[in-house]
Amino acid sequence: MSEGNMRLTLKVWRQSNSNTEGGFENYQLEGISPDMSFLEMFDVLNEQLVEAKQEPVAFDHDCREGICGMCSMHINGQPHGPLQGVTTCQLHMRSFKDGDTIVVEPWRAGSFPVIKDLVVARDAFDRIMAAGGFVSVNTGNAQDANNLPIPKEAADDAFAAAACIGCGACVAACKNASAMLFVSAKISQLALLPQGQAERKIRAEKMVAQMDSEGFGACTNTGACSAECPKGITFDNIARMNREYLGAKLSSTNV
Amino acid sequence: MATSPRLDAKIPQGPLETKWSKYRSSVPLVNPANKRNLEVIVVGTGLAGASAAATLAELGYKVKAFCFQDSPRRAHSIAAQGGINAAKNYQNDGDSVYRLFYDTVKGGDYRSREANVHRLAEVSGNIIDQCVAQGVPFAREYGGLLSNRSFGGVQVQRTFYAAGQTGQQLLLGAYSGLQRQVGMGTIQMYNRHEMLDIVNIDGKCRGIIARNLITGELERHAGHAVLLCTGGYGNVFYLSTNAMGSNVTAAWKAHRRGAFFANPCFTQIHPTCIPVSGDHQSKLTLMSESLRNDGRIWVPKKKDDNRPANAIPEEERDYYLERRYPAFGNLVPRDIASRAAKERCDAGYGVGSSKLAVYLDYSAAFRRYGLGEANKNNITNPSEEDIIAWGKAVVKEKYGNLFDMYKQITGEDPYEVPMRIYPAVHYTMGGLWVDYNLMTTVPGLYSLGEANFSDHGANRLGASALMQGLADGYFVIPYTIGSYLANEIRTGKIATDHPEFAKVEAESKARIEKLMSIQGNTSPEMFHRRLGKIMWDKCGMARNAKGLTEAISEIRALREEFWKDVRVMGKVDEFNPELDKANRVADFIELGELMCIDALNRNESCGGHFREEYQSEEGEALRDDENYRYVAAWQYQGVEKWELHQEDLIYDNIKIAQRSYK
Amino acid sequence: MIVMSWFTQTLTSSIGKKLIMALTGLFLISFLVIHAAINAMIFYNDGGETFSHWGHFMGTNPIIRTLEIGLVLGFLFHIYDGLMLTKTNRAARPVSYASRNANANSTWYSRSMGLLGTIILIFLVIHTSHFWIPNRTNQFATGEELDLYNMMLTTFQNPWVVLIYVAGCFSLFWHLLHGFKSAFQTLGLYHVKYNGLIAFLGTAFSIVVPLLFALMPIAMYLGWVK
Repeated sequence: MSEGNMRLTLKVWRQSNSNTEGGFENYQLEGISPDMSFLEMFDVLNEQLVEAKQEPVAFDHDCREGICGMCSMHINGQPHGPLQGVTTCQLHMRSFKDGDTIVVEPWRAGSFPVIKDLVVARDAFDRIMAAGGFVSVNTGNAQDANNLPIPKEAADDAFAAAACIGCGACVAACKNASAMLFVSAKISQLALLPQGQAERKIRAEKMVAQMDSEGFGACTNTGACSAECPKGITFDNIARMNREYLGAKLSSTNV
Repeated sequence: MATSPRLDAKIPQGPLETKWSKYRSSVPLVNPANKRNLEVIVVGTGLAGASAAATLAELGYKVKAFCFQDSPRRAHSIAAQGGINAAKNYQNDGDSVYRLFYDTVKGGDYRSREANVHRLAEVSGNIIDQCVAQGVPFAREYGGLLSNRSFGGVQVQRTFYAAGQTGQQLLLGAYSGLQRQVGMGTIQMYNRHEMLDIVNIDGKCRGIIARNLITGELERHAGHAVLLCTGGYGNVFYLSTNAMGSNVTAAWKAHRRGAFFANPCFTQIHPTCIPVSGDHQSKLTLMSESLRNDGRIWVPKKKDDNRPANAIPEEERDYYLERRYPAFGNLVPRDIASRAAKERCDAGYGVGSSKLAVYLDYSAAFRRYGLGEANKNNITNPSEEDIIAWGKAVVKEKYGNLFDMYKQITGEDPYEVPMRIYPAVHYTMGGLWVDYNLMTTVPGLYSLGEANFSDHGANRLGASALMQGLADGYFVIPYTIGSYLANEIRTGKIATDHPEFAKVEAESKARIEKLMSIQGNTSPEMFHRRLGKIMWDKCGMARNAKGLTEAISEIRALREEFWKDVRVMGKVDEFNPELDKANRVADFIELGELMCIDALNRNESCGGHFREEYQSEEGEALRDDENYRYVAAWQYQGVEKWELHQEDLIYDNIKIAQRSYK
Repeated sequence: MIVMSWFTQTLTSSIGKKLIMALTGLFLISFLVIHAAINAMIFYNDGGETFSHWGHFMGTNPIIRTLEIGLVLGFLFHIYDGLMLTKTNRAARPVSYASRNANANSTWYSRSMGLLGTIILIFLVIHTSHFWIPNRTNQFATGEELDLYNMMLTTFQNPWVVLIYVAGCFSLFWHLLHGFKSAFQTLGLYHVKYNGLIAFLGTAFSIVVPLLFALMPIAMYLGWVK
């Protein structure tokens, strides 16, 4: 099935499970087409490994169209590889050169333990969401959708924040493994919309508290998260979260 | 022809308009104290699963939810782009519940159940209300009110959207509701778990066997009802727009344990996907149907025209959809658009290096929008370049993410050259047979969303999948499940040490051990590719009796080969995606056989099912309402053996006609 | 106690720690303005007359002397909090990357605030032991102020000292270049209309103040100021 002529050396992190030590393995690949996606290149590698009766590399992936947020490789020192605004599954081999050596590692963060090879657990994000990333509205309680006009700018800003796919690249890129871009995107989305107002304070307080207890680092405003975010979640969301959180802490009645 | 006694759809009596409201008011209720003692298992956390799990937990049931991904938010509903339909009539363009109902039945080529579709149309408005209340950031106009766009097969604007990421926003809304309940402890969430089988005790579904994908452990989970919200089976074709993990295993195991599989051959081939670029391709990417709002589809008038698109003058372009279907033009339903593209390519007019593509051209839209901008800003005599630049800016705002995605995948800039598109497998209308309550033929086992067969007939209209998933989860199952659970309040807690649990678990274990022990020469991936090729070639956009007969025997041979020659690397008791894949492919192979059998049985063309033997002189699908106006529900009876049950489709409120979009 | 619990909880949260960094940082920035303004009096080149006049005011005015305690506390908090942040942030990534292309997504100085801060701290120890500590010690002992102007003239005759001061100013420049606007980000003070202004002020401040400071030893060493 080879139809291209790129040759590559892959340096891939292999680790059996969270309890064992891992290390890099080198693999040689030939016949890679520039039209392949990065994950399709990994498919080729895995097919080659199965052929040689070796265990294929485990990596997370699902939709392969850049929206589910499941793929997660740290490629040549950057989450989702060298391109901006692109997930690993949308990265294509035309972004590399024949003869390149590519280093592939899992996301590194204490809160994202390695499950196997390049697969990490991102359950911490789900727990942060469960702490307050919602509007408490039971099904059937809603009024007519057009009863409450929302200024287009607010709706657009909320949408831009809501575009987060929860992949964790922000954590992976941050020197402090901070999750603030992820958390701030959700806090911003709901703070910008009238529907989010009732729980605005408690949401900021609870989500930040959960984020801290998960062991993510604190933001030092380097902006790496936003620069690496495949969905372009902007850095000012973190500023907004800071304001929301500090405002909530100073004024809420939760003592 | 008569409906099989095994298929009681339990459609309420009375006029269509009041069936649902009357039924809803009379369906038995479970009191709050009893709800706490009733456990519901929800498999799958897409739109249907997440919304059902959240809503049932809000009502007070104890819910366990399962997904194979690392988080419920990854479910493939997230990839839906274009929008969600609702009969709100916000645009004042004559929309109504009846019109949405009618469009859906007609769009489905008169192969869906009237009562279900009408209910879907009735609750469609509530879905939008619910989502907005959750903070879903739908697109809005400057006045702050919701914006709408058009979709195929429809002449009103009733599609709500959030740029090209509507599915994502809706799913994240449902997921937030789910996580809220997880935080409250009313839902126990099991991610990275795959359902391997259902457990029936005394004729009722009482639980599931699930595999923890991290540890490989098999787990027993008991419930008073089990909801399969596990999506469609488009990946049987190997290449489809589905996610890599999307699979039929849950539905198929339920089928093997007594749930009838309805209309398996009804698959939707979506007309606007990025064409295959080579053998390495692992999946296909959809370009939203919303692009057909503004883009024009064409091929050269000359055969084997190798000039680049921009070098082909206007008068040498064949806008074949506008030519063949002047009333709907580029917005004909998906099945029709797909077949028309295939027809042109087969006739030698295809473009691109593979010749299996047509152009989706935005140059007219750039001009139109550019002129609009000039008008809006009172600019007289603008230069042609300015017009195009302004137009591109407008298009960028509407479809920017889709254009970027196209560029990323193909390496071509769609702002400069027309996009190349070709049909690809996208959605499966078929699925587990369910009655009006969404219950399968196994008592206590329900199926929601794409996993069931109920609402889209032989072809689904664009922006209706999101509608159905959320309708089932938010507004249908919470009521209809009461009619079953009201009789379960005396059952008490279901123990997982029942011999039936042990038996099913042992069978699952044996199958896994078998898969691991073969250690043949071929990877699961290779078997999947080979299955996909058979399915696409012989049970794809066009089918015929000869091909289908061949396909059936080829698939049977493939199945036997699979169980002799598959090679699964890795270990049983750890994270092992190869084993997961092998398990899924084995089920796809069996499903593929049934799809071909169903396609062979249905001697007519309707919707997504196009039998070459049954077409008009103009190449349009020829239905046979006399003999095939039924739901084909297949009962599994053992390897290579199925019994066909028919449910007649009765149209009291719609006059059946030859579907025409001309 | 109840009141304190939410308060300490806030300040020990990740955002609270950032808040302390930002507030103390801005406070120290305000100190830099005063410090730079008064020291710049040497450029009158009047034999230190104007400088000494204001130096005397700063060294003896009771309000200023009280504020000075706050300043010391500000430094201590800024340093302590910085250390705590570094510690938790290090712990958040127990296994580091083998390959890292951080320059693709952030500036080196924004990632090196701890390092730059440490260099500034070392410089501060040297700097205070040159002037502030001897002066205050003398004040406590005798009630008299030292002639700081002449001490400066003497100290800055040593080229190594000048070099250390210039290096300290470079560290301060990069520290401020990130720290100034970072503080506003942390406080959530951003607005599309004012972001540009904050960025401009931050850059201008980071250049002007350290430059002014650096010019002092250089000017004295080269004899521009006598």
